[in-house]
Amino acid sequence: MDILGKKTAPYRYLLPTLILMTVFMVVPICMVIGYSLVDKAVVSKNPAFVGLANYGKLFSDTTYWSSVSNTIIFVVVSVIAHLVLGMLFALLLNSKYFTTRTKTIARVIYILPWVFTASVVAILWKLMLQPSGIVNYILSIFPQISRNTEWLSNRSIALAVVCFINIWCGYPFYMISILAGLQGISEDLYESAAIDGATAVKRFKYITVPQLRPILISIAMLDFIWTLQSFNVIWMLTGGGPVNATQTVSIYIYKLAFQKVNYSMAATAATVLLLICVVIAIFYVKQQKKVRE
Amino acid sequence: MVGNHKKRMKVIVTILLIAGGAFASFPILWMVSSSFKSNASVFEWPPKLFDHTASLASYIAVITDSTKVRFFVNSYIVSICVVAGTLFVGILAAYAFSRFDFPGKGIFNSLIVSVQAIPPIVLLIPYMGLIVALGLFNTYYALILTYMITTLPYCILMMTGYFNTLSRELDEAVMIDGGTRWKALWCILVPISLPGMVSVGMYTFMQAWNEYLFALVLTQTTEMRTVPIGINLLMGQHAYDWSQMMAMSVLGSIPVLILFVFFQKYFIAGMSSGGIKG
Repeated sequence: MDILGKKTAPYRYLLPTLILMTVFMVVPICMVIGYSLVDKAVVSKNPAFVGLANYGKLFSDTTYWSSVSNTIIFVVVSVIAHLVLGMLFALLLNSKYFTTRTKTIARVIYILPWVFTASVVAILWKLMLQPSGIVNYILSIFPQISRNTEWLSNRSIALAVVCFINIWCGYPFYMISILAGLQGISEDLYESAAIDGATAVKRFKYITVPQLRPILISIAMLDFIWTLQSFNVIWMLTGGGPVNATQTVSIYIYKLAFQKVNYSMAATAATVLLLICVVIAIFYVKQQKKVRE
Repeated sequence: MVGNHKKRMKVIVTILLIAGGAFASFPILWMVSSSFKSNASVFEWPPKLFDHTASLASYIAVITDSTKVRFFVNSYIVSICVVAGTLFVGILAAYAFSRFDFPGKGIFNSLIVSVQAIPPIVLLIPYMGLIVALGLFNTYYALILTYMITTLPYCILMMTGYFNTLSRELDEAVMIDGGTRWKALWCILVPISLPGMVSVGMYTFMQAWNEYLFALVLTQTTEMRTVPIGINLLMGQHAYDWSQMMAMSVLGSIPVLILFVFFQKYFIAGMSSGGIKG
């Protein structure tokens, strides 16, 4: 057979992608699953096959479950807050009370938090949240809040603070997607509703939300997947501390692999995370297909 | 009555708009302001947005420090190579998806879409062994190749969409004149697709410039570190020179900010198509 023939043509164009995807995605995923089935992967020359024993060990680890519960709180709070803030800001930017110029400038300012890299976000909030920093200064107008709150090293508030920072740098993605959706809703719908005497709240509930539904579901699912995996900002803010209070699953895995050099257990937790992400991704792809139809 | 209601609404909405703007921009403003202060006055009480110590001293300190300049050089080299590599490989794949029907097309396509759902931490565990085995540990190649896995899917999906809008007659005209498909792609389709490539290239640059986790694990020596790692290294190193850290953060954000301000339209189009990680 002629290798340069017509039949192989599409594969020749795909070849570089396929090589990259095989070496840096397919093989690594197989490796991770393989690591999770053996004892002392990487560290030992002849790791012993242990079947699913690592999974049993993982599910009986209380630190794992505390990181799972932190992750759930982090994800649920972030996704809901992103949705609410994104919607609010999108409605503001779409409001008929402002000139186009005002809206354009406001849009640039509102997107800004999303442009900065995780390490900048982490370092600038660390500066602001220092005990003698600006946040405590601003809050000192409320006498009941201590002037020296240690935002990131207080066990009971660290997770909330980390969530807040993630909300700050994540909402613009929602805002922009919702804004694009709002601009796609026909004015006629609102006009006929106004003629029928529907209030603004009713118009929002019966026109805006149903019209945006597919977009809202898509972005919430994407955000769910991303927040579930988030590592960077939390790692740089708190390193998972104090005493694991902000340790999410990604940080749990990172610590196991690169600090405790326990690749087998890290791979086990990683495989579980991968499975969950894949399941959500399948739902996401199905949802996308429904939207297109 | 109605006029009054409208006026009141306008006031409420304006207050909300300003409050939202302050929420979004104050931290950034504070970072910029701190970068001009002397380290001693960063935590001055009561805080001032600008004070008498304002100077460019911390910026000069950053750009005259060869270690810190190296972070920037590394980030530029890696990001530019990732953009070039992603566009080249992605355009080839997009051409295949747009112009051919072949067995396995559906599977390849869903494989590429699914990459975006794979947590980076999952890939990172085997990467460590893999990159060492390939002899790429602590090199630019380690970063360029692994970044391309995360940037390629978006490029392929966007460019396939772009090529699909271009008529197949364009390629056929070239081939009738005796040209090859290869020539049709690079001499006809690619020049027409320049706007799409600009948008994809910008996103790719931003992702590569901002990447943290892979760079953290796959490089080791200070002279191989990129800007995001460099900024974070400053936190641990010498006892918290806040104004220098802020100056470094501002400098590290400038390339992406410039792209953002000049190509806003593309950014927003890309963001709302949902293919990109925040």
